[in-house]
Amino acid sequence: MTAADIDQTIHAVWRVVQPRLIATLSRMLRDVPLAEELTQDALVAALEAWPSIGVPDNPGAWLMTTAKRRALDVLRRGRMLSDKHDMLTRDMLQEQEIVPDFDAALDDDIGDELLRLVFTACHPILSREARAALALRMICGLTTSEIARAYLVPDTTISQRIVRAKRTLSNSGLAYETPSGEALSERLASVLEVVYLIFNEGYLAARGEEWLRPQLCDEALRMGRVLAGLAPDEPEVHGLVALMDLNASRAHARTDANGDPILLMDQNRALWDWLQIRRGLLSLERARELDGAGGFYALQAAIAACHATAETAASTDWQRIAQLYAELARLVRSPVIELNRAVAVGMAWGPQAGLDVLDEIASAPALASYHHLPAVRGDLLQKLGRFKEARQAFETAAHLATNARERVLMERRAAGLSDVGGSA
Amino acid sequence: MRFMYIVTSSKPMAGPSPALAEAMQRISEREIKAGRMIDNGGLMPLSTGARVRIIDGELSVIDGPFIEAKEVVGGYAIFELHDKAEALAMAKEFMQLHLDHMPGWDGTCELRAFATPGVDIACEVDAKSGVAAHA
Repeated sequence: MTAADIDQTIHAVWRVVQPRLIATLSRMLRDVPLAEELTQDALVAALEAWPSIGVPDNPGAWLMTTAKRRALDVLRRGRMLSDKHDMLTRDMLQEQEIVPDFDAALDDDIGDELLRLVFTACHPILSREARAALALRMICGLTTSEIARAYLVPDTTISQRIVRAKRTLSNSGLAYETPSGEALSERLASVLEVVYLIFNEGYLAARGEEWLRPQLCDEALRMGRVLAGLAPDEPEVHGLVALMDLNASRAHARTDANGDPILLMDQNRALWDWLQIRRGLLSLERARELDGAGGFYALQAAIAACHATAETAASTDWQRIAQLYAELARLVRSPVIELNRAVAVGMAWGPQAGLDVLDEIASAPALASYHHLPAVRGDLLQKLGRFKEARQAFETAAHLATNARERVLMERRAAGLSDVGGSA
Repeated sequence: MRFMYIVTSSKPMAGPSPALAEAMQRISEREIKAGRMIDNGGLMPLSTGARVRIIDGELSVIDGPFIEAKEVVGGYAIFELHDKAEALAMAKEFMQLHLDHMPGWDGTCELRAFATPGVDIACEVDAKSGVAAHA
């Protein structure tokens, strides 16, 4: 093996075992930031040792043993403080001395621990950005520079974000525990929000040249599946996993050879990922079985499922989509949801019906500079043959668009209507 | 990246030893919970299968078992992983279990990356095996 091979192997093993390392050390130390630091030490130890001793037969167990030794050193040093975990510490020291069972070290059921870790990394006292960085680092095992690359920011930005977040956690004196009852659903919402943010950052590529940054989508999907394993009775977890799987299934059909976006209705459905769609539909079914069909994520997943199960764009069940948007609008009052509902209503019951929905939200302050509003209006007006008004709407949309590609698209639609004899 | 793992053995497939079965169960559970393994399955013996072949422009159906078969496919798994390095680490860990828990067993765990539709050009015909890949 060359040095580069060993380096690659170490990082690959690292990503796989690191969340378990942090979870196990957190259980020993009752301190997530410290646990995270000591696992980093284990990584450094591997980077130093493996090039000369070679990659161990069971590299994961090597890392676990090394990390546990560091944690035990810390505990031994802290024993004079007669810590409240003294008993536990003694037990662990004994256990370690009697049976250094590597397999057991790796196969410990750390499910609860991992869940605690997730709740800690995604704690609401941290900013959303900090939660996302910590989650990618501690749950997905990404390095600081991998996270920085994914977010297109300098390494220092991410490392500072992580250092500050860990300091906030250390200083907060938070109880290291799994929330229960009412607190659970509140805290879970904070976790799901972070996962969905990471997914959307990748899927919508808010910044940068690329339309899609698949690494972030993959990480969010993986985290979603981890959560579904940790909290299998929470319907919204399955709803979110379904939503992400169903949306991600279209990843390869969303751009053409030039990297320009292809809209949903124009996509080649043969390029959709059918394994992922099947998984998404199963997760949605699971959410429904748990009485979660009306949840925020499950409803959006149900809308995505309508598209995923339509064999052709023309056979899309727009009436069902319009109903689902109406349900979603009752759950969360948002003009953006209403705007989407207007599109679906227009497709289901004709452009005039869509326009009626639009009129109700036309003056919403939140939409005053939202270019999708005049864009949708223009589209509906055009379908009604009101070309002059449609052109004005597209011109307004072009004026408001922040993305160059969308501005060009709107200008093109407006120009296309200037040749048509206006009927209104 | 999505990877397909295929486990084959040149020896007649006896079932895994109880220790191996337990170890594989543990690793499967762990990998499902970690969100990496998204599908898997064991395959029944060759006698339950069939082959549909094209020879000289003619279709022919051959029922199993296949006498000439040198390798028996025992099972498959589909994983979502970062890269080939991670995929290799996973395969090694899986095969180490066989080494530890079923001494004397010989076999192969082959891993292949899924082609990305519209992006990768899937290999049309693998020259060595002559297998056409429809990706």
